[in-house]
Order: sequence, then structure tokens, then C-alpha cells
Amino acid sequence: MGHGASHKALIWKVFGILSVITIVEVVLGIIKPEFLFKTQFLGTSILNSLFIILTIVKAYYIVYYFMHLDDEKKNFKYSIVLPLVILIPYLATLLIIEGGYVHDTLAPYLNWAY
Amino acid sequence: MGSNIADQSEGKTWDGGSVKPMGASYGKMMMWFFIVSDALTFSGFLAAYGLTRFKFIDIWPIADEVFTHFPFMHGVHAPMYYVALMTFILIFSSVTMVLAVDAGHQMNKKKVTFYMFLTIIGGVIFVGSQAWEWKNFIQGSYGAVQLKDGKIVQFVKDGHQIALGDFVVGKHEQKQHTRNNGLWFEDGETIPNYTVQEVFEAFKSNEDVLLRIEKINPETKQKIIVSREEGLKYLSQSARVVEGANLEVNEYGSAQFADFFFFITGFHGFHVFSGIVLNIIIFFNVIIGTYEKRGHYEMVEKVGLYWHFVDLVWVFVFTFFYLV
Repeated sequence: MGHGASHKALIWKVFGILSVITIVEVVLGIIKPEFLFKTQFLGTSILNSLFIILTIVKAYYIVYYFMHLDDEKKNFKYSIVLPLVILIPYLATLLIIEGGYVHDTLAPYLNWAY
Repeated sequence: MGSNIADQSEGKTWDGGSVKPMGASYGKMMMWFFIVSDALTFSGFLAAYGLTRFKFIDIWPIADEVFTHFPFMHGVHAPMYYVALMTFILIFSSVTMVLAVDAGHQMNKKKVTFYMFLTIIGGVIFVGSQAWEWKNFIQGSYGAVQLKDGKIVQFVKDGHQIALGDFVVGKHEQKQHTRNNGLWFEDGETIPNYTVQEVFEAFKSNEDVLLRIEKINPETKQKIIVSREEGLKYLSQSARVVEGANLEVNEYGSAQFADFFFFITGFHGFHVFSGIVLNIIIFFNVIIGTYEKRGHYEMVEKVGLYWHFVDLVWVFVFTFFYLV
């Protein structure tokens, strides 16, 4: 960066990766393979976990290559990445466990028989 | 990076002067820290969505049955295609943005202008698509009945959801009241096309129409379809006919589903809109040569960061509202 060298090849490569991941996600979302869709693992289906992993991979490519975070100094890079990778999974895990608990507590009281 | 930046802050230290322990200019660093805080805001919203979804895990609407429209393909069941297209539009406008930044590093004014223009067009198309998506969501496509205890029931025939208009004969007796025919009338609820009684009668006389409740069968991961007798029992508890979606009730199921959809995609759409405004400002600055004079195109890079962030958030919204 800043040395006059163009990153065009890299940009198109990252675009290709993001496109392929999106296409894979959409195809999986439409056909919903029986095995991935019906197998429960860690409170959700394997398919859902796969979607989340693919999304994080996409996020990595956007942040590191489109936003050029990879070219920044190490201390700057980590002052941005670390708060996010620590706080977000922490918050999400707690809230989702709590949501599951509220469901287990309240769902039995819901009347489905008329 | 440093070689390109015209640093005129020697001796003035409000922006940290020329000492840059993090190797980034003041503006760029603050844009990054703003993005960190905004990312945490969005994670808060999405985590709250996660909590609500797990709270109603067995009755949450199935995205494939909600977002089924595609432009110019009326009546075709096309889940996900449209939102996938929107995702591509936004990723592509991210690519043109990063190409603009790249051209800026080479001080190529013409190319920066061209790519910034494409980015703005991409953003406008995206916001337009989102407006269309909202329109379909608000209008609804099938219609449903809400029971007295708040549950939503939908109608199916041969395993596919059917619209109220497909089997209910409406008499349209009650007219929507408007301000010009009532002296004291301010506003009122929109009157649905069919009354609860008409829906009940139609269900009774159409033997092949079945009722689908909100509850999901954990084995098949499909909404449960109840028998005719049970369906009549459910419908005898009808409270009102629901067509489309608003913040209070929607035909797809849980009210919170529509609330979160409106709030999160709306907040994201507002970010896209702000991004377009910022991009337009920078675009005109590029045209009049502001950055050519300044000697560097770092402003393009800063709005670029914001624009990529908007794309990044969409990647997550796409996953959590449409895929998972």
C-alpha cells in the first residue's frame, strides 16, 4: 500500500472467494441436505453451524483484505480485532443460553390443545 | 502509507501530531474505532434477536416461507434468490469501493471518480431492493388468522400455504373509514379484506383446506398441520384476520420476528443510506480535485472503511435472518 503497487489481482481474488462462499451458502440453504439439516449439535443443526462458520470466513476476508486491516501495524490490528472477538462471542453465548433457558421454562405453559 | 500523507501538523498536537504509535492517521484510526463500537451495537441487536429466537425456538417463523418473492416472477416460490442477489450487489459495490481506494493510492483521479460512481449506484440499488423487500413483507402474501390468545394460524392446501383470497369469499361490507368522510375521525386500524366469520365459513365448506399452526415439529422441522376437526376448534377461537406485517402483529407468526426484522434491517438500511450520502460528498470532492490538491486520497479510504463495514454487517444479517 502506498507504494504505487496495485492490489487489483488480490481484490478480484477476494471477490471470487466471497462469491463462491455466498453461492455455497445459498445452494445449501435451498436444498438443505437431510443429514446436515436434521442432525442436532450444540443446540442447533450442523447446517446452521456451517452457515455461521462460512459467515465468519467471509467477515475475515472483508476486514483483512477489503478494509486492509492486514496492512496495519500489529498493535492497531489487535486493538480492533481483540475487543470484537472477545466481547461478541461472550455476549452471544450468554444470551443464547439464557434464551434457551427461558424457552424451557415457559414453553410447557403454552396451551396447544383447544 | 506514511510517504503519501501530507502532514502539516508539526508542532500542533491536537491530532497526535506526527507521532503515530499506531501507524495510522487520526481520522483513519477514529473511523476504525467508530466501526468497532458500531459493530458492538449491531452484535447487541443480533444477540438480542438470538435470545428471542431461542426463547421461541419451537414457534419461530421459517425464513423460506416468509421471503419468497422475486421481481417480475409473480407467484413463483423463490426463497432466498432475491436476498442472495442483494448480497451480491453489496459485495460488488464493496469491490468497486476497494478499487477506488486502490486507484487513489496511484493518484489516478479518473479511475477514483469512476469507481466511486459505481459504488454509489450499487448502494442505491441495494437500498431500493431493501425497500422492495419491506414492501412485500408489509403487504404479506397469504394472510392469516390470529386467535384470541395471540397465536397465528395459516391455511394450507395439498401441503402448500394458500392465500385467504384463494378460498374465502369476501363481501367487503365494512368500508375503510377515511378522514374526508368523518368530521372527528383521525385514523383507525386498516380493515382486512375478510372478516373472521367469512374465513370460518369458508374453512368449514372447503373440505380440502387444512390449518397450519405456529408450532414446529422437531422431527421434520416443518410447521405442524392439524386435522380438520382440530382446525375448526382452533378457528372457533379466532380474534381477527391478519394481512401482512406491522410492529404489533404479522401473518408469519411471532410478533417479535417482524419487530426484529424491521429494526435490524432498518438500522442497517439507514447505515447504507448514510454511506451513500458520505460517498456522494466524497465523490464530488474527488471531482473538484480536493484530494488531488491535498496530495493523497485518504478520505476515499476512510469512507471506504465505513462502506465495507456496512457490507460486513449485511453478511451477518443475511446469515441470521435468511439462512439460519
